[in-house]
Amino acid sequence: MNLRRMLAIWSARNLEFLRDRSTLVFNVVMPLALVVAFAVIFGGQPRSLFKIGVLAPPGAALDASLHPFLGTRYADFYAVAPAELAAAIRTVERHQSDLLIDLQGAPRYWVNADSPKGYLAEKLLLESAGAVAKREPVTGAAVQYVDWLLPGILGMNMMFSCLFGVGYVVVRYRKSGFLRRLSATPVTAVEFGAAQILSRLMLTVSVSVLVYSALALLIPFRNNGSWFLLLVTAMLGAMCMISLSFMVAARFTSEELANGVINLVSWPMMLLSGVWYSLEGAPRWLRIVAEIFPLTQMLEAARAIMLDGAGIADILPRLAALVAMTAVFLGIAGASFRWRPG
Amino acid sequence: MEPVIQVRDLVKQYPGVRAVDGVSFDIPPGICFGLLGPNGAGKTTTVEIMEGVTSPTSGHVLYRGEPLGARFRAEAGIQFQKTALQDFLTVRETLVMFRRLYSHGRDVDDVIRLCALEPLVGRDNRKLSGGQLQRLLLGIALVNDPQVLFLDEPTTGLDPQARHNFWDLIRAIKAEGRTVLLTTHYMEEAYFLCDVVAIMDRGKIIAEGPPSRLLKEHFDDVVLELPREDFGIDPATFPLPVLLAGDRVEISTADVELALRALLDRGIPVRHLRIRPRNLEDLFLELTGRELRT
Repeated sequence: MNLRRMLAIWSARNLEFLRDRSTLVFNVVMPLALVVAFAVIFGGQPRSLFKIGVLAPPGAALDASLHPFLGTRYADFYAVAPAELAAAIRTVERHQSDLLIDLQGAPRYWVNADSPKGYLAEKLLLESAGAVAKREPVTGAAVQYVDWLLPGILGMNMMFSCLFGVGYVVVRYRKSGFLRRLSATPVTAVEFGAAQILSRLMLTVSVSVLVYSALALLIPFRNNGSWFLLLVTAMLGAMCMISLSFMVAARFTSEELANGVINLVSWPMMLLSGVWYSLEGAPRWLRIVAEIFPLTQMLEAARAIMLDGAGIADILPRLAALVAMTAVFLGIAGASFRWRPG
Repeated sequence: MEPVIQVRDLVKQYPGVRAVDGVSFDIPPGICFGLLGPNGAGKTTTVEIMEGVTSPTSGHVLYRGEPLGARFRAEAGIQFQKTALQDFLTVRETLVMFRRLYSHGRDVDDVIRLCALEPLVGRDNRKLSGGQLQRLLLGIALVNDPQVLFLDEPTTGLDPQARHNFWDLIRAIKAEGRTVLLTTHYMEEAYFLCDVVAIMDRGKIIAEGPPSRLLKEHFDDVVLELPREDFGIDPATFPLPVLLAGDRVEISTADVELALRALLDRGIPVRHLRIRPRNLEDLFLELTGRELRT
């Protein structure tokens, strides 16, 4: 790969992006406005329902026949698999769940002593007619909705920037004949692809850092982890979604078709990757499906860093998944890339 | 002297149509070679195969005796019939970007001067007129100081003044010893710029050679043109061949005095008479019976 040629296309693409004022403003203002609006609207208020995790014996229904407490009205009981115990305890620590009960053997439960709703849920449990359960206290400050939402909105903004900023642009270049013109120069497809990917990576991550910094000045939010690790996670996530977009755009000539396919990819990610709400309590199959999305991997890793102070070892599987998906997307894009309409 | 480009037995088959049908020719160094023909004759497809952006169904193109490859891409300058450029970039930034794609080439300021782009260097690509854009596209084609320059209908859509300015540019480039391949359906342009022309029709080369030689080989007469309203008689009663061409009447003859006498004897006014030599358009009609610009 010739670095000089790659940098020529990279810098031209950067200028094109930075001078497109309307797109640039939208990229910065939209996530800022969303986070501030949600912070104002929800103001860190706790959620209205009791949310209670239950480790039940295999095949057991979550109702009063298993334990009288499960017959309590206005409480949302959701099943927790044994393998998910550690993650479920973390939700109690974060006040995202009010209680966690293990009914597989001798009953025991986890409650956050600092949580008002946890306190009430515990009262209800103890007053129910079931066997006395062993208390397992945990501690932790409440996670405000804005703490939880901020990575989601930044991630969503990155997703749209990566998917439309590369896929749509490459298809437009192809349709207009600009790619055909480049194909008549010494530029290779690898150099062109690298320029587009690196340009968008730099711009998207820069905009995200800018928005994150601006939000840090505007509203208080939690980041218990390493900034550097968060930046690495953002870069790997962006790289993965840019590669996905480049794969989608490798052949298309129609901007409308590309737009449709990118929407088809982005909407499920926006709904199922946990941008707006947690999938805890959602059907297990849905949570498994959500794991295939790059945005899910990036957001889970980012929230682990920001909310739990997770280190590299804790999020390594998610970072590895992003790297693996990036390699697959780029491989397919490289094999199917076309300079000109077929 | 070894040809710069050799085209051998090119065929391009699309579903239901053979766009290029066994085309072969050589382009010697330092000349302007014109590929002429009406829309749909196959000339753009032929040129795109020669530029390496379209694959032939069969046949091949050699550049300095080698298959098209890295050397060709480094030494060829190409101006496509239609090319969109990046939005939000200025003329100078666009030229600099393309210049950086080549390891050798002209100084960008030199290209700007050659293509008379000085007043436009800071202008956004999107705000260029048709003629200005064509000059920029020519500049892009020149940034690598090409040994061979491909120009595919470079003056289509330009006004007469812009077209003549463009011709001056091409002649200046030719004077530097570059080899130029030009496709056009403007016969005046081909006659003015080209040392050798090849006329294509229905995917085949139907005539090839210097324009003056081709005309000499096929014609020994001139054409007298009159407004149709001045002619005023039945063409069949006139002693020389008469062609009705739109609002004009064309009389072909090798004996101008005889034709003039015939006109005057019949009381036909000659105030608007124009005598012109045969041109490439006549040649194309003679060879194919079709209008060039159909």
